[in-house]
Amino acid sequence: MPIDIDISHVARLARLALDDDQLELYRRQLGVILEHAARVQALDTEGVEPTGHPLGFTNAFRDDEVRPSLDREVVLAEAPEERDGYFVVPPALEGP
Amino acid sequence: MSLADLTITEAARGLRERRFSSRELVDAVLERAAQTEAELHAYLTLDHEGARRAADQADEELASGTDRGPLHGIPIALKDNLCTSGVETTCASQILAGYHPPYDATAVRRLREAGAVPVGKTNLDEFAMGSSTENSAYGPTRNPWDPDRVPGGSSGGSAAAVAAGSALGALGSDTGGSIRQPASLCGLVGVKPTYGLVSRYGLVAFASSLDQIGPLARTVEDAIAILEAIAGHDPADATSWAGEVPDFRAELGRGVEGLRIGTVTELSGDGYEPAVSEAVASMVAELEARGARVEEVSLPTFDVALSAYYLIAPAEASANLARFDGVRYGLRVPGATTEEMMARTRAEGFGPEVIRRILLGTYALSAGYYDAFYGQAHRVRTLIARDFARAYERVDVLVSPTSPTVAFPIGERTEDPLAMYLSDICTIPSNLAGHPAISIPIGLDDAGLPIGFQVMAPALAEPLLFRVAAEVERIAGFDARPTGVAP
Amino acid sequence: MSWEPVIGIEVHVELRTDSKMFCGCAVSFGEEPNVNICPVCLGLPGSLPVPNRRAIEWITEIGLALNCRISPVSVFHRKNYFYADLPKNYQISQYDVPVAHDGWLEITVDGATRRIGIERAHMEEDTGKSIHLGGGGRIHSAEATLLDFNRAGVPLVEVVSRPDLRSAAEARAYAQELRAIVAELGVSDARLEEGSIRFDANVSVRRSGSEDFGTKVEIKNMNSFRSLERAIDFEIARQVDVLEAGGVLVQETRHWDEEAGVTRGMRTKEGSSDYRYFTEPDLVPMVIDERWQDEIRARMPELPAARRARYRGLGVDPQTAGALVGAPEAFRRLFDEAVEAGADARAVANWITGELVAWARREAVDPSTVAVTGAGLAELVAMVAAGELSASAAKDVLDGMARGEGSARQVAESRDLLQITDRGAIESAVDEVLAEQVEAVQRYRSGETKVVGFLVGQVMRATGGKADPRAVNELIRAKLDEA
Repeated sequence: MPIDIDISHVARLARLALDDDQLELYRRQLGVILEHAARVQALDTEGVEPTGHPLGFTNAFRDDEVRPSLDREVVLAEAPEERDGYFVVPPALEGP
Repeated sequence: MSLADLTITEAARGLRERRFSSRELVDAVLERAAQTEAELHAYLTLDHEGARRAADQADEELASGTDRGPLHGIPIALKDNLCTSGVETTCASQILAGYHPPYDATAVRRLREAGAVPVGKTNLDEFAMGSSTENSAYGPTRNPWDPDRVPGGSSGGSAAAVAAGSALGALGSDTGGSIRQPASLCGLVGVKPTYGLVSRYGLVAFASSLDQIGPLARTVEDAIAILEAIAGHDPADATSWAGEVPDFRAELGRGVEGLRIGTVTELSGDGYEPAVSEAVASMVAELEARGARVEEVSLPTFDVALSAYYLIAPAEASANLARFDGVRYGLRVPGATTEEMMARTRAEGFGPEVIRRILLGTYALSAGYYDAFYGQAHRVRTLIARDFARAYERVDVLVSPTSPTVAFPIGERTEDPLAMYLSDICTIPSNLAGHPAISIPIGLDDAGLPIGFQVMAPALAEPLLFRVAAEVERIAGFDARPTGVAP
Repeated sequence: MSWEPVIGIEVHVELRTDSKMFCGCAVSFGEEPNVNICPVCLGLPGSLPVPNRRAIEWITEIGLALNCRISPVSVFHRKNYFYADLPKNYQISQYDVPVAHDGWLEITVDGATRRIGIERAHMEEDTGKSIHLGGGGRIHSAEATLLDFNRAGVPLVEVVSRPDLRSAAEARAYAQELRAIVAELGVSDARLEEGSIRFDANVSVRRSGSEDFGTKVEIKNMNSFRSLERAIDFEIARQVDVLEAGGVLVQETRHWDEEAGVTRGMRTKEGSSDYRYFTEPDLVPMVIDERWQDEIRARMPELPAARRARYRGLGVDPQTAGALVGAPEAFRRLFDEAVEAGADARAVANWITGELVAWARREAVDPSTVAVTGAGLAELVAMVAAGELSASAAKDVLDGMARGEGSARQVAESRDLLQITDRGAIESAVDEVLAEQVEAVQRYRSGETKVVGFLVGQVMRATGGKADPRAVNELIRAKLDEA
């Protein structure tokens, strides 16, 4: 089954700035892998529920208790750019 | 013989008999690293200072009567996708170059509490994506048995370190075989525990529903000692098992008499090297000779397990790796806008295999394809679990080769992603089902390369798994040491 | 031909739990940037979320309060999109199995009560805050963006209405009612100006009588009920203008500009609305079974709608019932106590929502410190009904009670406000007045009946204002007519 992949759309969704050669290479490789992966479609899964946790347990919660936060200086030391206690990024092109 | 070649169990005895100190043990291991690292490149970071300090502390405690158990004073290597407070953690990626986490992974903290001495951070396929440790941004790791060959992956650095003697044991992570396959290719014992048995908190996620931390060691008993230290409920991991941890040693020494052992039809035949198939068949015959009842079991869905895996794991990874965006930590490649900065950072910071899987996972989740790919893969996952359940009505454990082949030459599969993915064909089903599995070395092929034997068991049946593994180990009597590197 | 607006409202409610949704960082406002952050809410590699039990109980309360069905098994999903203030570049949210679904809420506008459908209420985490530098804080022309992650991971409940609203006024009433409910539950500060409750509106218009939906526009950035109403009114008018001029509407998100009083289109994101939802593998399913629901329900306060219905059932008229629902909690309790003590509910409700509320406001007294008791109020109402107190005297008595001067009777006596109820005493006073006022009696008999008011006044003066004027009036007429 030949699989049609709009690779530049996928790259945009994944926030990856790839050039045309890279896009073409990945498009071909994904095609091969997906053709193999598409074998899952041959199985009859009518009425089959997706798997949850292998041990099947539920309701893992924590109590509403405040725990110490990290030291801001330690965190900001890892930041590519920071100013006055804030992380800094270039301007946003679009809203969320 | 160097102290670096001792098993954990032997070293623990020596420490308590005061035949040597933890400091001497650690120095021997660091000395071995100094001799082998240039060729093997098992480590991304060696923490000489931290290791010696921890060793000295272990010695003081032992001298003053504080005994933290079998790992006290033992040098252990950590895969570099486990967060270590203040020690660089890169996941073998450029995107995390120079990143120092502010906290220890739970498994790392528990190892420290058990007195273990972390010696360094080992190489891996970038973000644990790969089966050869060639996909590291910092260069490949080589196999101590033959430096022209891969050590397997993705925990190839941990495997090479333990095999070479630059650690006595190690932690790895296993998403589709990343502990067991390198253990097999490096002549070691490697365990993927039941999903949820070991906290994933602080393990940089690849595929959250499949990832498990586990030990690589030279013997089954060593592996048990490490697993005992790290297993157990962690309130910081909502998927960690809150019930009782089974007693891993409960069934040791009982042999295999009366046990029902299943061989898997789908994990044999074409694509399996004859030496591997023969060694596995011969071990099965030995087990039968010792009273096990052997039968062949068919689990038809295993044929599509690899396909399901290569949809589920990349899909989860595509979200897990979204956080690497140049905003809060790690690499940033400048851009005029936030969007451009993120897209450039990610394109330059991730290697090709990681990008490939992010694209694959993004595609599998995207509108119009979700149901045919990701949704279907998850339903198939349920079918695989049902196949396992049916098989376990007839047999107690399943056995197979760990890897269809022995260690392959560096570069052989790098241009063919699908061929590389096939390395994990025997190990993936246990991850999809969340079941425990172990690889035990059972011999060498004609070229002197190790062959691994896989045992699989139902969820939380680690005591049974170790019982069979210990018997396999005893039968194999595997005590060969790598010959590929000095000394 | 006329147009009908079709409006749906999405409400985001920040819960005021002590700690965040998935980690132990404090939920607090107005702090220095980036002080309430940890590996989990900052999305550091290797961190994992663990849900806050109280947040789950509180969204269940909201769901129950909105007459929703609670999903017996509910799961979290990842909603994938890249944005700098979203630390993991996915938001942990819910997709096909929200905690609560299929409920309703009643609103009353211009005397008409309508039931507005609630599609769902789901649990999610808030994002951090972006401050766009340069360009006057506007996104498009900013030179850099500062990021503060204190808010990242604060528990957020999203309540989505069905497109059942038909006017801006209804939308406003819906928003106000919803805010009143979460405030009553005590699960959120519910302050619009602080953003702890936020409203987005989906607006479209269609030809009256049509069953089809028009092109939907989402409006954001309304931070008061007034601006919500204005923005929707503006948007309805804009859409009608476009359509009547033969134009075509585009599905888009528009920002409300409070100062200019207009909505403005935001730059659209090409193909990025594919959120690639999938089950959050770091979390296990939540089972909110009947037993847990019952425990949660038992802890919930009485909600405005239920309270209004109860007041109506006691005979209180709709307007007074509405006023009482909105009265201070101490006064509502006073009502319940007075009714409990046997008072007529309608009269008590009138006294509380009329005189008592006014008294507390006039005297600038905290309602909870007013000295009136339920039993005292019941006594007051009974005395008025028995004719022992006139309406104006009763106001004086209430004033005395509120100042702590004693029970209704004690105040009435000490302030000398009791009416004469002894018929004999009133009759002799009437006889005296009729005997004195010969001229007035003459005028009455010659047909000038309105002079009776003068005579009543004379009797009242003679009794020091303590006779019941109605009784006096009747008695005078009876005596003059029989003669």
